[in-house]
Amino acid sequence: MTASQALANVVEWMPFILRGFGLNILMSVLAILIGTALGTFLGLGQLSRLRLVGAPSRLATQLFRNAPWLVLLFYCIFLMPYQVNIGGMSIVLPSWLRATIGFSFPVAANFSEIVRGAVNSVPHGQWEAAEALGYSRRATLFRIVLPQCISRMIPPWMNLYALLLTATPLSMIVGVEEALGRTQAAVQAQANSAMLIPMYLALLAMFFFYTWPINRLSRTLEGRFGTK
Amino acid sequence: MSFSPTSAPLISLRGVRKSFGHLEVLRGIDMDIRKGEVVAIIGPSGSGKSTILRTINGLTPINEGSIRVGDIEVSDPKLDKVKLRHRVGMVFQQYNLFPHRTVLQNVAMAPIQVLKERREQVEERARRLLAEMRLPDKADAYPGELSGGQQQRVAIARALCMEPEVILFDEVTAALDPEMVKEVLAAVRKVAEGGVTCILVTHEMGFAREAADHIYFTDRGVIVEHAAPQVFFTEASDPRTKEFLSKVL
Ligand SMILES: Nc1ncnc2c1ncn2[C@@H]1O[C@H](COP(=O)(O)OP(=O)(O)O)[C@@H](O)[C@H]1O
Ligand SMILES: [Mg+2]
Repeated sequence: MTASQALANVVEWMPFILRGFGLNILMSVLAILIGTALGTFLGLGQLSRLRLVGAPSRLATQLFRNAPWLVLLFYCIFLMPYQVNIGGMSIVLPSWLRATIGFSFPVAANFSEIVRGAVNSVPHGQWEAAEALGYSRRATLFRIVLPQCISRMIPPWMNLYALLLTATPLSMIVGVEEALGRTQAAVQAQANSAMLIPMYLALLAMFFFYTWPINRLSRTLEGRFGTK
Repeated sequence: MSFSPTSAPLISLRGVRKSFGHLEVLRGIDMDIRKGEVVAIIGPSGSGKSTILRTINGLTPINEGSIRVGDIEVSDPKLDKVKLRHRVGMVFQQYNLFPHRTVLQNVAMAPIQVLKERREQVEERARRLLAEMRLPDKADAYPGELSGGQQQRVAIARALCMEPEVILFDEVTAALDPEMVKEVLAAVRKVAEGGVTCILVTHEMGFAREAADHIYFTDRGVIVEHAAPQVFFTEASDPRTKEFLSKVL
């Protein structure tokens, strides 16, 4: 098989695989949104002086941060119901959606740590100055500390997103038809072992060209925001 | 400063004790400070000077004793913190300006956000104070663009904008290059001349001597002695004071 033939085969299967990649992107975007929202609460919870809030937030963060993503994925796929009933309407939860929720947990835990780290990177003197001016702890957090450190949270958040995207092919194992699964199917359909390398190379390129700019931008921002 | 020695003190500390873990940092502090007075606290580092200041505005809770500022009992568990911080301002060694806010916002934000005063009114006052601190053209600058001396004067304006009766100055010139010390001391002096009661921890003996009405000397959590500056600097009696003065003068 010549190189041009291989290329022709790759191009032929490209739309099929790209549609799968679309699912990887969809899962990653939804998971980063859910994870960021959840992680914000967990992160602020970790900083709470109320033990009833702080301890569970820290525990959840450590639990989900140190668990293998695949295991969390299995939990969500096999423990979540296939469909939920809301007000008489039954909504089917497709496996990609359950996988997305599975990805959201480790994302939330990692983002929780990003929030905690950013808040703790603000010098203690800022809290003191605010306290001396009559600000409550909560007002200090929202009016003085967080506005200072949101820019510092963006680069690690982008890295987290890139990491998440590269983890989404794990969902193939639980039957989600994303890019890796489709590539595998395409290779099998061609029944030609010579296509193995070019096909997977195309898949790698897909991920690379999507994630690499994100990591580059994150680096640039890191420099600009003077992240330590 | 003019004050009548018979009037009741504005601030009084009685038997104030404070420990951090096993370390007893304040071991029974008594002080009386009258309205409009300028008081300097001097003493070796680690002797509890900053802690004394921080107990007065409630940043550091005490273990024993009592602190009263006007009609406010600082150690009251039901203390109205905003009321206390409205009355007692503080300026720190490291300025602690808010870097994401302009100079004007730094000065005006607490009266607007905490005391809920009208923005136009507060900003007008803030601009006036910046002018008094000789920073009229820095209103829209960010703290990072200013020198240390300028930042410290903004911090003083920020404290003043709350219209406090008392301002606590904690070694406000200690982080500054020598050429900026003077401009900040001049600003402190201006605050004192405006009638605000000033309690300052300082290593500037010359300044303490000429600007203070009263000097307290602390060592290892106790007040060893206190006196008017002319007495203190010439007739100090305690050997600990003498030793300290012989080192710094
Ligand atoms: N928050 C704190 N926790 C533990 N120890 C403290 C704390 N603040 C001050 N100290 C200790 O208390 C002592 C007095 O501190 P400080 O009041 O800052 O002294 P000074 O201002 O006279 O140098 C020091 O030994 C210091 O280490
Ligand atoms: Mg000190």
